[in-house]
Amino acid sequence: MNGVHLWAVQRITAMFLALAVVVHLVTILVAVRGGLSGAEIIARTSGSLAWFGFYAAFALAAGLHGAIGLRAIGAEWLGWRGRGVDALWLGIGLATAAFGIRAAWGLFSA
Amino acid sequence: MTGTAEDTLRVSVWRGNEAGGALAEYRVPARANQTVLDVVTYIQRELDPSLAYRFACRVGMCGSCAMTVNGRARWTCRTHVSKVAQDGALELRPLSNLPVIRDLATDMAPFFDKWSRAKGTFQPKDAPDGAVPAEFAVVPPASRQREAADAGIECIGCGVCYASCDIVAWNQDYLGPAALNRAWTLVNDVRDGAKRERLDAVAGDAGCHACHSTQSCTERCPKQIDPSGAIAGLKRSLFWSILPGFR
Repeated sequence: MNGVHLWAVQRITAMFLALAVVVHLVTILVAVRGGLSGAEIIARTSGSLAWFGFYAAFALAAGLHGAIGLRAIGAEWLGWRGRGVDALWLGIGLATAAFGIRAAWGLFSA
Repeated sequence: MTGTAEDTLRVSVWRGNEAGGALAEYRVPARANQTVLDVVTYIQRELDPSLAYRFACRVGMCGSCAMTVNGRARWTCRTHVSKVAQDGALELRPLSNLPVIRDLATDMAPFFDKWSRAKGTFQPKDAPDGAVPAEFAVVPPASRQREAADAGIECIGCGVCYASCDIVAWNQDYLGPAALNRAWTLVNDVRDGAKRERLDAVAGDAGCHACHSTQSCTERCPKQIDPSGAIAGLKRSLFWSILPGFR
């Protein structure tokens, strides 16, 4: 993993996120039309591998994308550089992704 | 010296060295078609011979007279006072992002060291030892790669882009726009044999991937070169090079 790979991951996740955010917003607009309820959300997502896969990928992409961006800001503005800091950002990125994936799993298995 | 506001320029010049300094005030007679370099030269010759600054050609060929003029890096020899003076006032400082030797003269060594680090030297494909190849290389001027190389080839190394770059200010190791522009011209030179090594040298946090494409370099280059576009080209080349099957 070096600058080239981080850059590639950030650009690829950006492309996916642009699409995923649109899907997410359209889903919200459609879903709230008949009144929003927990039961209605779970009816859509429970047992749906497609929705689970979509939101798991969304969370992973968002976690990695955000951590790589914050890494650059930390390096430039605060001087946080080095392998230890990189490991910390990787941890933060994966933890962020894990929270999102756990939420997606909760909706899938509900 | 006496004079009215119309025929006198108020010039603040940064005087000092690497330990620190302050602005000194001078009054310089305003003239028609006067360049900023004329003003600096007047101060050094007529008012204070201890002023240190650097110039050579006076006609925009050598790239040695760049300074910060009213907050912007410029060639002083090709900048008319009438274009930049605000209410008859000029503020002159040494280039940013470089160590100051004294007054308006900066140490350009870090700038050119980075050209070496970016492998900015032509490496003949046919003669790795630097010998002159037996045959001339035929390079069609209208070919895509030659056009990309030509777009950045006129750089004279004045350091205006480097002094204007926010990323250099934030990251001392960053190679900077000029060195990366030079690397991009060589990556596109079909006679060059060190493309792989050069792309490796310009990758990563100190290389092209640190650039945020804010484009101050492109905006301020006195030669209208587009280092920002060159850096984007390096990023593209490196992106394809890490995909299996493209390397």
